[in-house]
Amino acid sequence: MSRFMIGRRGTAVLAGVTTAALALSACGVASTSSGGSAGELTLWTHNAGNPAELGVVNQIVADYNASQSKYTVKLQAFPQESYNDAVVAAATAKKLPCVLDADAPTVPNWAYAGYLTPLDLPQDLVSKQLKSTLGNYQGKLYSIGMYDAALGLFARKSALEAAGVRIATVDNPWTAQEFADALAKIKADGKYQYAFDLGTGDSGTEWWTYGYSPFLQSFGGDLIDRNGYKTAGGVLNGDAALKWATWFQGLVKNGYTPAKSSTDAFADFVNGKSAMVWSGIWHSGNLSKLGADGIVMPPPDFGNGPKIGGGSWQWAVSSTCGEKAAAMDYITFSLNKKYLAEMAEKQNVIPATEEAAAMVDGWQPGGAKRFFLDESAKYATIRPPTPGYPFLTTTFAKAAQDIIAGGDPKKILDQAVSDIDADLKANNHYGF
Amino acid sequence: MPALVLLVVFFFVPVLLGFVLSLTNARLTSPQGPQFVGLDNFTRLFSDPLFWKSLRNTVYFGAVVVPLQSGFALVLALLINARIRGINVYRTVYFLPVVTSIVVVSILWTFMYQRDGLVNHMLQAVSFNLIQGTDWLNNPSTAMPAIIVMSIWQAVGFHMVIWLAGLQTIPGDLYEAAELDGASTWQRFKYVTWPGLRATRSFILVTITIAALSLFAQIKIMTNGGPLDSTSTVVFQSVRAGYEQQQTAYASAISLVFFVLVLTVSLVQRFLLRDKD
Repeated sequence: MSRFMIGRRGTAVLAGVTTAALALSACGVASTSSGGSAGELTLWTHNAGNPAELGVVNQIVADYNASQSKYTVKLQAFPQESYNDAVVAAATAKKLPCVLDADAPTVPNWAYAGYLTPLDLPQDLVSKQLKSTLGNYQGKLYSIGMYDAALGLFARKSALEAAGVRIATVDNPWTAQEFADALAKIKADGKYQYAFDLGTGDSGTEWWTYGYSPFLQSFGGDLIDRNGYKTAGGVLNGDAALKWATWFQGLVKNGYTPAKSSTDAFADFVNGKSAMVWSGIWHSGNLSKLGADGIVMPPPDFGNGPKIGGGSWQWAVSSTCGEKAAAMDYITFSLNKKYLAEMAEKQNVIPATEEAAAMVDGWQPGGAKRFFLDESAKYATIRPPTPGYPFLTTTFAKAAQDIIAGGDPKKILDQAVSDIDADLKANNHYGF
Repeated sequence: MPALVLLVVFFFVPVLLGFVLSLTNARLTSPQGPQFVGLDNFTRLFSDPLFWKSLRNTVYFGAVVVPLQSGFALVLALLINARIRGINVYRTVYFLPVVTSIVVVSILWTFMYQRDGLVNHMLQAVSFNLIQGTDWLNNPSTAMPAIIVMSIWQAVGFHMVIWLAGLQTIPGDLYEAAELDGASTWQRFKYVTWPGLRATRSFILVTITIAALSLFAQIKIMTNGGPLDSTSTVVFQSVRAGYEQQQTAYASAISLVFFVLVLTVSLVQRFLLRDKD
């Protein structure tokens, strides 16, 4: 009896790991042309759970199919949580669709793995786009986005006024000192439980990297040395990074931010639990609940300029696509300013071009939502475009969580660097 | 014959693949095929502080859960092995958590363990605000004990039922005889019940041990291994390395070590519980 039990349970884990291996070994099997039958292009998207975005994509597909008779695009939507797994599984089985969307930081990984083919789009179309909507890897364009997202320091104007601190703007952001003063004064006022909620309630990996690595970059550190992409040493555990970690941990130690925010930190902010919250454009709709008291500001400049994360979901073409020209044609069609504008309007995202911004209320220069476009154009920093990103982001997120939990910053960062460098070495630096 | 096919596909092939992969640098997504790297993964693993911490946490969890859960389950089984009206209601209540998905249980308890959650409110109520409680899952010294308590609560009903089945195989006339001989309750337990549960005991020990060592779901949902790695376990580390970090080979190495660990523990238990006559 017990022997049977050992075998069954012990291999449960092995089985999980080796399923992936079995899939890998299927690489060698010749397969038929994928991505749909002749004249048919399959398109995969991550937004099954987001009716607004899916609606726009559906509209584009319908319009494209009506606009010509040679090709039919067939859309398949996935829930975001399982989308990347579906793509990796399909790629190992050589069953990728022709057109697919990808989260910006995973693009280099998929390009390196040979899933994607470089995009061949009209130059004048590409040059109009916001820089952070372009997924470049090794000097080639692999993906292009219809929109970008942006982070912001959401605040109550009344709280800042009561504390006697000025309101920061894109052109005139707070310095590190001004931010520190603001926190101390708001806390001293005692009106809010927390002066500044970092939004640490999300235990998912990507928010930690997307949300908090820009602070690290503003201090002058980074996840990896972008000069060659061969080591994280010096940038993730250097003086700048240590300063960042100490500051980051200090937010909790000084009682400015909760070590673990509730699952909806923005709701807490709206309900008056916190005076400021670190969040993104996706909450700009909820900000209006505060009326004129709700404002959004860029992050402080910690020495290396204010930074926010750049790069959201972008479109790409698979390397196994049999109709690459048609796929490129579809993407060109989808980047029409009309669709970019519609996406921005329905989704609360930054339109990828000025032309599109001019078409949507609030996005024109001086408009109510314009802040995010200006902020993004000026301060967006894309996450390191390296195939090693999945390892970088999980390692950084864990380090940031450990720092918030009160661990020794130096030890944590040194360990993160040693883990990242070991991974880089094991992968021959991912071809860099 | 079909059994053999299943055994080969789901047992021998995975074990063999896991073994082979752990000696390579295989990745989840990579343009390069796996290359043989010898024992590199194992040298890396044994110098990885996270692995030792995960191993310690796993052993800690097992060492607490195995005796507590089996003991508690036995107490419950003895309590509900009575012929009183409505006993089935109690049996059902104790068994309910077992039929609830561990994922659901974990999510609910995550809310209960929050700083302003149910657990702290109850502590305040019964102690007249003397005990304030902590943010259980975000405090490195309470996260693992909190998960231990929840895990025992969730799984204890299952082992209670097995103990109960064992109790009901003990013939009633043995108890009658013991009573006639003037044996006390404790003596009846020690000389009739305990020896009668011999087979049940080994089964429970082995199943709880294996289940405890493969702790994963609660960790993944409630703490993600944190805070400060205080709840990282070997299986959790392996899944994280293999999927999130795409290190297929490294994860295989961890799994292989885990396999050896479980095998050793189970063999030792078998040896200790063997029929001595």
